[in-house]
Amino acid sequence: MAIRERSRSKGLGITVFIILLLTPIYWLLNMSFKTNREILSGLTLWPQNFTFDNYVVIFTDSSWYSGYINSMTYVLMNMTITLTVALPAAYAFSRYRFLGDKHLFFWLLSNRMAPPAVFLLPFFQLYSSIGLFDTHIAVALAHCLFNVPLAVWILEGFMSGVPREYDEMAYIDGYSFPRFFVKIFMPMIRSGIGVTAFFIFMFSWVELLLARTLTSVDAQPIAAIMTRTIGASGIDWGVLSAAGVLTILPGVLVVWFVRNHVARGFALGRV
Amino acid sequence: MRKVPDNRAWWLVLPVLLLVAFSALVPLMTVVNYSVQDIFGPGNAYYVGTEWFRDVLRDERLQASLLRQFGFSAAVLAIEIPLGIGIALMMPKGGIRASLCLILLAIPLLIPWNVVGTIWQIFARGDIGLFGWGLNQLGFNYNYTGDPVDAWLTVLLMDVWHWTPLVALLCYSGLRAIPEAFYQAAEIDRASRWAVFRYIQLPRLKNVLVIAVLLRFMDSFMIYTEPFVLTGGGPGSSTTFLSQTLTTMAVGQFDLGRAAAFSLVYFLIVLLVSWLFFTAITHMDKER
Amino acid sequence: MLDWMNWTQPVAIFFVVIACILVAMSVWELASPCSERRGFLPIATTRGDRLFIGLLCAAYIHLAFLGLSEISLWVALAVSVAWLLILLRWG
Repeated sequence: MAIRERSRSKGLGITVFIILLLTPIYWLLNMSFKTNREILSGLTLWPQNFTFDNYVVIFTDSSWYSGYINSMTYVLMNMTITLTVALPAAYAFSRYRFLGDKHLFFWLLSNRMAPPAVFLLPFFQLYSSIGLFDTHIAVALAHCLFNVPLAVWILEGFMSGVPREYDEMAYIDGYSFPRFFVKIFMPMIRSGIGVTAFFIFMFSWVELLLARTLTSVDAQPIAAIMTRTIGASGIDWGVLSAAGVLTILPGVLVVWFVRNHVARGFALGRV
Repeated sequence: MRKVPDNRAWWLVLPVLLLVAFSALVPLMTVVNYSVQDIFGPGNAYYVGTEWFRDVLRDERLQASLLRQFGFSAAVLAIEIPLGIGIALMMPKGGIRASLCLILLAIPLLIPWNVVGTIWQIFARGDIGLFGWGLNQLGFNYNYTGDPVDAWLTVLLMDVWHWTPLVALLCYSGLRAIPEAFYQAAEIDRASRWAVFRYIQLPRLKNVLVIAVLLRFMDSFMIYTEPFVLTGGGPGSSTTFLSQTLTTMAVGQFDLGRAAAFSLVYFLIVLLVSWLFFTAITHMDKER
Repeated sequence: MLDWMNWTQPVAIFFVVIACILVAMSVWELASPCSERRGFLPIATTRGDRLFIGLLCAAYIHLAFLGLSEISLWVALAVSVAWLLILLRWG
């Protein structure tokens, strides 16, 4: 009896929290379906004149939707680069003891902790001097600064969960290292790779400071384009909200695909 | 896990090393170079020694911004960690409802940071935002663009909204790792709810909590985009945190030497704190 | 290509010295591997850990001298080196 009551109050608590969590997002959604006149004329809890105009603005203007394409491009590039270099490194950290391993690991992590603002100027100079300014690859490389250490950290946790015996058995069966790694080891830590990809996506997608500084026109991320809604006549709240809603969607899709591994991944594979 | 000593493992780490050296070491060296010079343009720089450092360390505006930063990070931790634990304890143990909770909780984490700022910019406005409008209807004189205290609290609330789910998800996965037998034993002993939490759940949460505290401290310590969009650092400088001070200095005023010296001091603080946390984590791993 | 980095002599010397220390420590480690031990520091450390702690302390010592006093930085450097050696030997 008491237990049932407790679980009911628990359910109530979590429901209330999630409703509070979603209210600001609902408000954004609400605004995105209103006309600017309705937004400014007074507060309404749901759109009175339901309209898709704000979304039409975004999907018909190439400068708007190219922002989404730019963001997606550098996020995917970053995911590819990060996973390619982080997988072998994480394997090394999880399986071997070598000269300076712990210090190297800490040095990697300290880059995850370093404020991007510190690296802002030199990045700008660096990528300008090698002619990569305003390209997708520049942003992708810059985001490696915090994504690679994180990826190594998460993957190392997952890999440590796979017993060494698998490695040794594969070597006895005559597998070479690359073949063992791709054919046997990677499928075993599939969920770990999925979670890592999720995190790389997340941190690259939400970052703005570096992405904005390293681009001007051709590779500008959507987040930077959003500031354009502030025009001479004030802020275009409707379009701004619609653009905001559209930036949330990719994240929701990704989290839906990895939902079963999210919690485990959030503990960085170390539980 | 038993690890084999083998220095050939360096070859596996080499790509990461080169990549991170390119994107971290080269910029770091540049920052150190800038910090000892007064730079007017390419090829037009004067060596000034440690003047910038002396300047930065004694700049009261920067000290104030540093204090504000520590205050903010402390407040963030004090609210988000207990709240996150509480949420994790309330979450359903499994099934479709647990998945649903996880997805809904993860949503704020996946919103680009400037959009987080935009959401709250709209939500907290007195005229068109539900939150600001609601508070004003209830008789509070709330205005985040005019009142420093309101602005500070709004930024704090935004951060709690944005990042408490991360703490909750971390703790949730920690709680799931506790075997059911522990709870059954506690039930047989007629342990109180508090005793279960204190002696079964909390010790098992220790590891994830360290990670949560580490991530939350670091990320709140470099917070930039959200308050920049929401308040622009104002009113006055009540919500100007370290990253924003630095960015204004470097990009806004193009004061390269001073910004570089400031960057290095900032980086040293972060380095010390992350080393302390890292040592704590590795020593916990060892104890297990 | 390296113009934008604005290299200056003192900074170059600084990085060369750090690199030399790292190389020397690696060679030493290869020649005679060290094991973790407890000194006066509250945690068990290896040689490399103590070097890192020493360098971090050195940075803070320099900042303290700059921020709080007008004493020459050479004094700070001397204090740092002495502290680093103490750490490496007894830490």
